[in-house]
Amino acid sequence: MENSRRRFLKNAGFSILGVGAGSMLIGLSAHTSKAVSPDAGQRPQFSMGDKAMEAERWGMVVDTRKLNDSICRKMQEACHSIHNVPEPVGESAQRDQIIKWIWPTEFQHAFPSQEVEFLAEDAAHRPVVVLCNHCDNPPCVRACPTRATFKRERDGIVMMDFHRCIGCRFCMAACPFGARSFNFRDPRPDIEDENPDFPTRMRGVVEKCNFCAERLAVGKKPACVEASDGALTFGDLNDPDSDVRKLLAEKYAIRRKPNLGTFPSVFYIV
Amino acid sequence: MLEKALRGSKKYWTWLLALAVLIAIGFFFYLRQLYFGLGITGMSRDVTWGFYIAQFTFLVGVAASAVMLVLPYYLHDYKTFGKITVIGEFLAVSSVLMCMLFIIVDLGQPMRLLNVIFYPTPNSMLFWDMIVLNGYLFLNILIGWNVLDAERNGVAPEKWIKPLIYISIPWAISIHTVTAFLYCGLPGRGFWLTAILAPRFLASAFAAGPAFLILLAFIIRKFTNFDAGTKAIQTLAKIVAYATLANLFFFLCEVFVAAYSQIPEHTAHLEYLFFGLHGHGALVPWMWTSIALVVAAIILLIIPQARQNETTLGFACVFVFVGIWIDKGLGMISGGFIPNPLHEITEYVPTVPEVLITIGVYAVGFLVLTVLYKVVTGVKEELAG
Repeated sequence: MENSRRRFLKNAGFSILGVGAGSMLIGLSAHTSKAVSPDAGQRPQFSMGDKAMEAERWGMVVDTRKLNDSICRKMQEACHSIHNVPEPVGESAQRDQIIKWIWPTEFQHAFPSQEVEFLAEDAAHRPVVVLCNHCDNPPCVRACPTRATFKRERDGIVMMDFHRCIGCRFCMAACPFGARSFNFRDPRPDIEDENPDFPTRMRGVVEKCNFCAERLAVGKKPACVEASDGALTFGDLNDPDSDVRKLLAEKYAIRRKPNLGTFPSVFYIV
Repeated sequence: MLEKALRGSKKYWTWLLALAVLIAIGFFFYLRQLYFGLGITGMSRDVTWGFYIAQFTFLVGVAASAVMLVLPYYLHDYKTFGKITVIGEFLAVSSVLMCMLFIIVDLGQPMRLLNVIFYPTPNSMLFWDMIVLNGYLFLNILIGWNVLDAERNGVAPEKWIKPLIYISIPWAISIHTVTAFLYCGLPGRGFWLTAILAPRFLASAFAAGPAFLILLAFIIRKFTNFDAGTKAIQTLAKIVAYATLANLFFFLCEVFVAAYSQIPEHTAHLEYLFFGLHGHGALVPWMWTSIALVVAAIILLIIPQARQNETTLGFACVFVFVGIWIDKGLGMISGGFIPNPLHEITEYVPTVPEVLITIGVYAVGFLVLTVLYKVVTGVKEELAG
């Protein structure tokens, strides 16, 4: 009695295991057959458009001396409206469950480890705009368990695949600049004027500034740069003749938390 | 052997039913979270990991602590632990199960969980955490079940089990090491950026886990005829004493480095946790409670008479368990996020749904633990009778 029941349970257990393994094999074989299917070689090849702006490593120089509240607001509006970033409302705003790609802060928050004592009053309270640094050595990419966030080989932009992200938020813990946001809820109801040219996101995924990769692809500079009244300069950091390199050669610029070895691609003239 | 879990007293079924109710409540709120998003939790843009990940961290420790029974028994032939190694292994099983559930309830897109396998990424510590946790679960189920089955049949365990047992020893160390590596390799988080995080995690694990085992042994003795034995419990008590001391020592090393170097990125988090920062101090009373409990426990554990008295030992174990739960389950994770990388302060308090989901996950763990322990005690009673 005791034994037959045990045998039954054992058999039942193995059967379940067998079904599980079987379905996995089916899944695997389906996967392989797809990989060798005739249209595998005809996967869409993305080519650069004629107007596309190209660079080896995109970078930005922020001239903080030219920033003020209204320019910062304009830049943020330009960025958030074209990227379908929801306007924080009600409870989500209260709980700081908001999305931001670019936002103004003060010098002491942008550069917490580079405190300047007795900083001139105007410099201390002048807005400093912060965004993803598109680090050359990005810790968020290192941390991501699915490669949903990755550094684009072509031009160094750190990008997100919203459809692969599992929402573990490891990248947010890894980012030393607080540049990433998480969709704590469905963002779509809070988008006032949806831009059909850029995907909206769903709840449960991480997002951040993409250096306007979608605009660069059609030959436009990032939206914030266009809205910045000349405070932001954008260009190829690996090209000695680019605007950004000329500016860096001329003016003393700093980066956020250089001691962490992430090599940000956003520079600040202070 | 599973049939042992199908026959039980009224108390047994009432307990299981109570757990099932808690699971149902937790599941109901989890469905709401699934539908609405993690916005129903207290987490925010700045504190992106909260109660779930903190419980996961704490429970990895409880799971790893099984090695404190397995190692003396199998490597040092310490026979006293022979009777109860399976108790430790099954505690590990239910703890790892809870760990996995806590990771899953923390995901924004749990349906995409398998992306971790479809796009394996060895440079991500989460990838390795998945491997070590699954491996540890598998090892402990296999070892615990087979050894118990052999014991029941009065034969020696199968030969192929032995190498698995030896593998399970470093494997236990690895689960908590990798869990610490999730945090201590992140460049912008001064609170975690310390090489002693993994050793400290292990010390606290080997304190809280065996303390919990002692309490479980007391409970099992009360409700069944299975007695772990005074000698085994006393040896465990010594392990708890040493590990709690080691944990406190490691913690004080951390405090020294932060306080003496006075580097703001390192002091800010400890300051927030223990004194409050810029007027924010939600965790201050908790952290001091934790310290007080751990110190009280150490006093009880190092005085031989107090340690040998089972009442005071019970108190000491509760103090250690709760003290370390506060340290790891409340302070360790949110403390690392406050202040944020821009040195701004957003505090974190879990919401009611978040706590109910957490309780639901714990209930799943306790349900599995109860069923497994019912099997163990059933087999042991059968052998004794």
